[in-house]
Amino acid sequence: MLILECPYCGVKAEETELSPGHEAHLKRFGPGSSDEQFESYMFARKNPKGVHFERWRHTYGCGKWFLAARCTATLEVFGTYPAQTSEPPADIVAKIKARRPNWEGVK
Amino acid sequence: MKRYSVFAIAREAMRHHTGWERAWASPLPKSSYDVIVVGAGGHGLATAYYLGKNHGITNVAVIEKGWLGGGNTGRNTTIIRSNYLQDSSAAIYEKARSLYEGLSQDLNYNVMFSPRGLLMLAQTHHEVRGYMRTVHANLLQGVETEWIGPEQVKRLVPIMNIDGPRYPVLGALLQKRGGTARHDAVAWGYARACSAMGMDIIQQCEVTGVRQQGGQVTGVETTKGFIGTKKLAIVVAGHSGQVAEMAGFRLPVEAVALQALVSEPIKPCIDVVVMANTVHGYMSQSDKGELVIGGGTDSFNNFTQRGSFHHIEETLRALIETFPIISRLKMLRQWGGIVDMTGDRSPILSKTPLGNCFINCGWGTGGFKAIPGSGWAMADLVAKGEPGPLAAEFGMDRFREGRFIDESVAAGVAH
Ligand SMILES: Cc1cc2nc3c(=O)[nH]c(=O)nc-3n(C[C@H](O)[C@H](O)[C@H](O)COP(=O)(O)OP(=O)(O)OC[C@H]3O[C@@H](n4cnc5c(N)ncnc54)[C@H](O)[C@@H]3O)c2cc1C
Ligand SMILES: [Zn+2]
Repeated sequence: MLILECPYCGVKAEETELSPGHEAHLKRFGPGSSDEQFESYMFARKNPKGVHFERWRHTYGCGKWFLAARCTATLEVFGTYPAQTSEPPADIVAKIKARRPNWEGVK
Repeated sequence: MKRYSVFAIAREAMRHHTGWERAWASPLPKSSYDVIVVGAGGHGLATAYYLGKNHGITNVAVIEKGWLGGGNTGRNTTIIRSNYLQDSSAAIYEKARSLYEGLSQDLNYNVMFSPRGLLMLAQTHHEVRGYMRTVHANLLQGVETEWIGPEQVKRLVPIMNIDGPRYPVLGALLQKRGGTARHDAVAWGYARACSAMGMDIIQQCEVTGVRQQGGQVTGVETTKGFIGTKKLAIVVAGHSGQVAEMAGFRLPVEAVALQALVSEPIKPCIDVVVMANTVHGYMSQSDKGELVIGGGTDSFNNFTQRGSFHHIEETLRALIETFPIISRLKMLRQWGGIVDMTGDRSPILSKTPLGNCFINCGWGTGGFKAIPGSGWAMADLVAKGEPGPLAAEFGMDRFREGRFIDESVAAGVAH
């Protein structure tokens, strides 16, 4: 069972309390962008087998969106952080590097 | 290859079954091939088979990191149907369904295709309208389906409770020629036929890199060394994103877990396949008597081939209302597979940004039924370098061009 700590209300929520929102830190493209850019934002996904930064919503708790760093191959959770963050925070990146020395870093 | 037949069984019975040969060879890889197919699931093996059978290309290797048929092909609940709404989906799924009808004879291998009939229950008024529309579309596409009322559903499936209370059965979309087949046998039958044509099926060999020169593929790095090829077909379902990255492009695909389970075996009680899409549950009975049950996908990105327990609970809770007799059955086994979900939930059969490299993926929760048709269309694409009519609409450019095949072919329901 997957357990994520909501960074807003501090609740350690198990997955039935949460809704997944897939890849985080997508670069958004809107009107005026090229077809390639819009496709990359709407559809192309990193979908890594390993470290993944993703969006989650504490649906049956405070209702807010937050972000999580998680391993898709083992379901290990490296940490959670608020959604108002444009890139993974340094402490979480350091923690991932300690746990996954071969990780290629944020791409 | 010695053919299987009633005479072969009689002959072997006389000599204590000492004369059966191995169904396929286990060769070492050659230094290069005309075509390499990555992934020995149903779709990869069928691609190789029709490359040989329809196009005469037999200098082919199928490379598999585990054992053949050990991916989703060996993990699915084997529902076969072609009652889709959009013309391009109906065409490829109906091609597959009709090939299934003669597949055992074609492969000289019993795939146990059982066109026992398939019901998609309508349990909301929205579904009633949706399925009536599908029946009309199918009529135009030449796919035989019909709309039946609740009494007829009850007659076909006496163990069903059609009165709700929460989701009464309002009718159903019936495809009489839909049904099931033996999943392993489909992989094994294609593998045996490929091997008999002289193709190499190389198991326990993982592709770890794709080599290219001047924008053209030249070969693959594997755990058994480099293997050269003129053409490459990537057919790896849940791992499509990983192999595509090796080839230098990104896909509109995400991998999630889909689970299924079977009950203890009981006497025959249901002789059609029933799907209930509103409540996300479906069920059929295997020849051994087990009830084969599936539901929705787990929705977060996952490569563990396990799912979350609460999804099993949701699926069973939903089915118990419709099939009260299962409420006290014990469940025997549960398992998961990693399914490849595209942005519009329809599959991809496509050329790629890398020259002479082709991809077949995105069948998600519903590609077992498509294996023969997909292999047929993929072989066409790989042999000619351009998609034929079956694959034309399924190119990956559609995501850039906004030409989606807007059909929940793989809509989080294992069908
Ligand atoms: C629980 C469940 C229930 C389902 N129910 C149904 C159903 O009722 N009806 C239906 O039509 N469909 C169903 N499906 C979907 C169906 O199983 C799949 O769409 C179909 O089997 C996909 O076949 P494939 O050949 O593309 O993939 P797979 O069978 O997964 O084969 C891909 C192969 O590629 C190999 N591979 C991956 N990476 C590499 C690499 N780097 N190098 C070498 N080899 C590699 C894998 O080991 C694997 O064997 C279900 C799926 C699941 C999981
Ligand atoms: Zn919260």
